[in-house]
Amino acid sequence: MMLDIRDLSVVFTDRGAPFTAVDRFSLQMEEGEIVGIVGESGSGKSMTAHALMGLIRRSAVTVSGSAVFEGTDLLPLSRAELRQYQGRDLSIIFQEPMTSLNPTMRIGKQVEESLRIHEKLSRAERKARALDAMALAGLPDPEEVYRQYPHQLSGGMRQRVMIASALVLRPRLLIADEPTTALDVTIQAQILETLKDINRKEGTAILFISHDLGVVKALCSRVVVMKQGEIVESGPVDDVFYHPREDYTKLLIASRPKREKLRGGGDNE
Amino acid sequence: MGKTLLKRAGLLIGTLLLVSMLAFVAFSVIPGDPTDSILGIEATEEQRLALRAQLGLDQPIYQRYWSWLTAFVTGDFGQSYKYNMPVSGLVAAQAKVTLVLAAVSFVLIVVISLPLGLISARHQGGIVDRVVTVLTQVTMSVPNFIMGLGLMFLFALVLKWFEPKYIPLEDGLGAHLRFMVFPALAIALPKSAMTVKLLRGSILGEMGQDYIRTAYSKGNSQGSALWRHVLRNAMIPVVTFLAMAIGDIMAGSIVVEQVFTIPGLGRILISSIGNRDYPVVQAIVVLLAGVVVLCNFLADLLYRVMDPRIDGR
Ligand SMILES: Nc1ncnc2c1ncn2[C@@H]1O[C@H](COP(=O)(O)OP(=O)(O)O)[C@@H](O)[C@H]1O
Ligand SMILES: [Mg+2]
Repeated sequence: MMLDIRDLSVVFTDRGAPFTAVDRFSLQMEEGEIVGIVGESGSGKSMTAHALMGLIRRSAVTVSGSAVFEGTDLLPLSRAELRQYQGRDLSIIFQEPMTSLNPTMRIGKQVEESLRIHEKLSRAERKARALDAMALAGLPDPEEVYRQYPHQLSGGMRQRVMIASALVLRPRLLIADEPTTALDVTIQAQILETLKDINRKEGTAILFISHDLGVVKALCSRVVVMKQGEIVESGPVDDVFYHPREDYTKLLIASRPKREKLRGGGDNE
Repeated sequence: MGKTLLKRAGLLIGTLLLVSMLAFVAFSVIPGDPTDSILGIEATEEQRLALRAQLGLDQPIYQRYWSWLTAFVTGDFGQSYKYNMPVSGLVAAQAKVTLVLAAVSFVLIVVISLPLGLISARHQGGIVDRVVTVLTQVTMSVPNFIMGLGLMFLFALVLKWFEPKYIPLEDGLGAHLRFMVFPALAIALPKSAMTVKLLRGSILGEMGQDYIRTAYSKGNSQGSALWRHVLRNAMIPVVTFLAMAIGDIMAGSIVVEQVFTIPGLGRILISSIGNRDYPVVQAIVVLLAGVVVLCNFLADLLYRVMDPRIDGR
């Protein structure tokens, strides 16, 4: 098993009564698998992802449980130990493509940053691998984009840049936190297609987070449904989609945008 | 970029023209007459009129401005009414003193505020941060004049680190600068306090941005996230602030020169205004404005280099 998360909890202790954003979350993933997390906004999906990536670094937030990745529990690691994993074995792309890139740094430098941090390569080697990752992420004309700044790119392109920089070291696990929520529907479909391709070509396991069960169905084999920090339902994606047990899940399915429903639940988008 | 540069250069010249015009107009409407201070109050009306004609003061203002301007662009700053010598010869040495004082002040601001801003942001809430926060709060509101007196009292009279007597450049660069550091501090400390506060806030603001989370997710340490990502972005507002501070630094120099009895532009400016020695005043005003406008122009260039988003808009 590649990843074994058990009883992951994230508790905020900074305002009065402790607030549990993630409550005993458990999930297992195999190599190369695509697993979905679905839930309404505020259900704790991003907190789960950030806790897993070691991105919750405030003292007012307590992360407990275990997250064993390839035999090592990530949660008790020191920052320095965790850094060995971040960007190399584990990568993440975020919900906000417009603000997740450094506005004053050229795209190329941002894509190759993980290489600079984790490997000793010549500048030319770094560039070659960055361009390669950019092509894999579906960026047209990587040479050109390499020299550009984020503000010169559209949201979809920026998200592809994020994908390229997450993939530049070919991580074992990519966490995609609502990567298409901020993008329009056609771009969304193309990016999902790209993620699928990457999974097929590189065998990258993907933990795919969405508030849209249809999108999850199009991409994932299994899904967990989150509500107020807890998993309320999980299983093979078709089971959950066609035979939801929880009213909450039914609501999630029913509240999907009409446009996609008409096109058949997000399949083949 | 070339086009905006041209536009900025045009703006620079326009500003200088406007400033020189305003100065011209201002000095022709304030009461008092240069002939008073040259001839004394005993002089007859005929003598007065003759002198006015000789100085060209009987001509209408636009004509006077025009002849001043055409001479100015050829490098001729005119004659001092009072001392009857070329203005350029009169102010050159003093201008150098003031410019050195302003430059030392600016360097001090940068040298003091960048490390302090960085450290207090990096160790937010720590002991250094808390001390710096209190100090900046106190220092920020002290006028240059008071700060000058305070430093003079502390370093010259109590600690005796320097003699409260101006040391010219001719006595050696080291000795000159060693003296100049104290008046420069009087100008630099309040501005440094503001810069520290701005930089600290700017760094903390950038630290909370999404792209810093991205930087951490790639395996950056806190230090490298700060150096490689935060700093450049955080410096953008600071550069703008420092550029705008140049005007205050020049003004501060003139004030602080009085406290430390430094023979800079301040002294000659004040005596020339008293004497209604317009050509001298005019030259100093344009010179000061020129320095400020030029520095702003350079800051604008730097700003464009630092923030790639500017040109795209
Ligand atoms: N900095 C914070 N302080 C307190 N509560 C927070 C903070 N960030 C997120 N939360 C809360 O944690 C819960 C989970 O948030 P999140 O994981 O971002 O939800 P999702 O990604 O599923 O939309 C939400 O109720 C949110 O209000
Ligand atoms: Mg979220």
